Amino acid sequence: MDKQEKEPLFSAKNLKLLTGPLGKNNPITVQVLGICSALAITVKLKPALVMALSVIAVISISNVVIASLRKYIPERIRIIVQLVVIATLVILVDQFLKAFAFEVSKQLSVFVGLIITNCIIMGRLEAFAMANKPWPSFIDGLGNGAGYGIILVIVAFFRELLGSGTVLDYPLVQITGAYSTGYENNGMMILPPMALIVVGIIIWVQRSRDKSLIENK
Amino acid sequence: MKHFSNRYIFVFSSVMVIAVATLLSLAATLLRPAQEKNLEIEKKRSMLESIRITATRSNAVDLYSRYIKEGFVTDIHGNTIDGVDAFGVVLKNEQRKPAGEQYLPVFTASSEDGKDVIILPVEGKGLWGPIWGYVSLESDLNTIFGVTFDHKGETPGLGAEINTSDFEGMFRGKKLFDNGDFVSVMVHKGGAEDGDVHGVDAISGGTITSNGLQNMLRDCLEKYNAYLIKNRN
Repeated sequence: MDKQEKEPLFSAKNLKLLTGPLGKNNPITVQVLGICSALAITVKLKPALVMALSVIAVISISNVVIASLRKYIPERIRIIVQLVVIATLVILVDQFLKAFAFEVSKQLSVFVGLIITNCIIMGRLEAFAMANKPWPSFIDGLGNGAGYGIILVIVAFFRELLGSGTVLDYPLVQITGAYSTGYENNGMMILPPMALIVVGIIIWVQRSRDKSLIENK
Repeated sequence: MKHFSNRYIFVFSSVMVIAVATLLSLAATLLRPAQEKNLEIEKKRSMLESIRITATRSNAVDLYSRYIKEGFVTDIHGNTIDGVDAFGVVLKNEQRKPAGEQYLPVFTASSEDGKDVIILPVEGKGLWGPIWGYVSLESDLNTIFGVTFDHKGETPGLGAEINTSDFEGMFRGKKLFDNGDFVSVMVHKGGAEDGDVHGVDAISGGTITSNGLQNMLRDCLEKYNAYLIKNRN
């Protein structure tokens, strides 16, 4: 065995692939990708959670597939190949959910199909998997999927709590008795613009805590 | 990056397409029985819910055979049509036929406290896609005993609220007929007045879904008019 070529599975470099997208290189708040789906499915927490998991699955598996095939994919049709891989995986996820997690698939309905249009996935295939080995690509997929998912969950938590007064459909506000003091749910939180504003607040908080994210003029 | 010949690109894409097509059709074929089973359980669960019986996925089939007595199909004139499986009737396909040829399924059932009720399926359009549900009527064939609604992809938190028990609960005790004339149940923006037996509150922010639901109830239940009048004592 050649020690030079063997890199530990979780080397510092690989770990960085995993943790980078969670913070400093977050696909939503730093690269501002995948915003469209972040607006659509963050009204309630549960669909957001399932969407996050589905995206993590699709992005990491498609990264592995593309990374393993990267030497055989003709450059001229690479985008088509990437799309075919993503679309296939998304349809498979959809079919499996319908067969084995019917309740969840009902909740997500059309949004599963929308994973295909998620720019983060194609971005990672094009930028990372086409030039790296399967294992780092897998980790990169996990990291970016999780980075996307964590923002989704944060946004959905606030929108569901403030907009519908529930957390995972548990009537939290009602139990604290806030309604009797005149508190009302903010219907605006349910509408898509508020998702954008919540994402904006997250970006603001993140940038004010990490000055290195602020671009030099 | 290596340069690939045109021939290679053609072969590569053909192989890819065939491989993907095989994989997907295999998955669709293998998973279909499980998916159809899910749909059947779901349908039975919704029908039970419309007569106020909460079923889980595991006991829906048992409860269905206990509470739902029989299903039959009637036509727009209220005549029973023999030899059609009411459970298998797909309402969406029926609605494409001319009114006189449509199969209208009716299910008789008994509620948990032993009352005789009938269950009528309804299907219509929401904002983003189909909405459907079941309406159960008490033995006077006028008073709503319970309803259940569902949807394919209405907006969560807005139109999707039609399948919450808060919304469905408002339909209990509402009446379809006023002095023998069919008037259905309307949704009212800003809330129905107290004591209005033909109205419920619309969903704020879900106006198009609410209106779609109102049209669905009127269009679907109106077809049962003859049947309901004929069988009313």
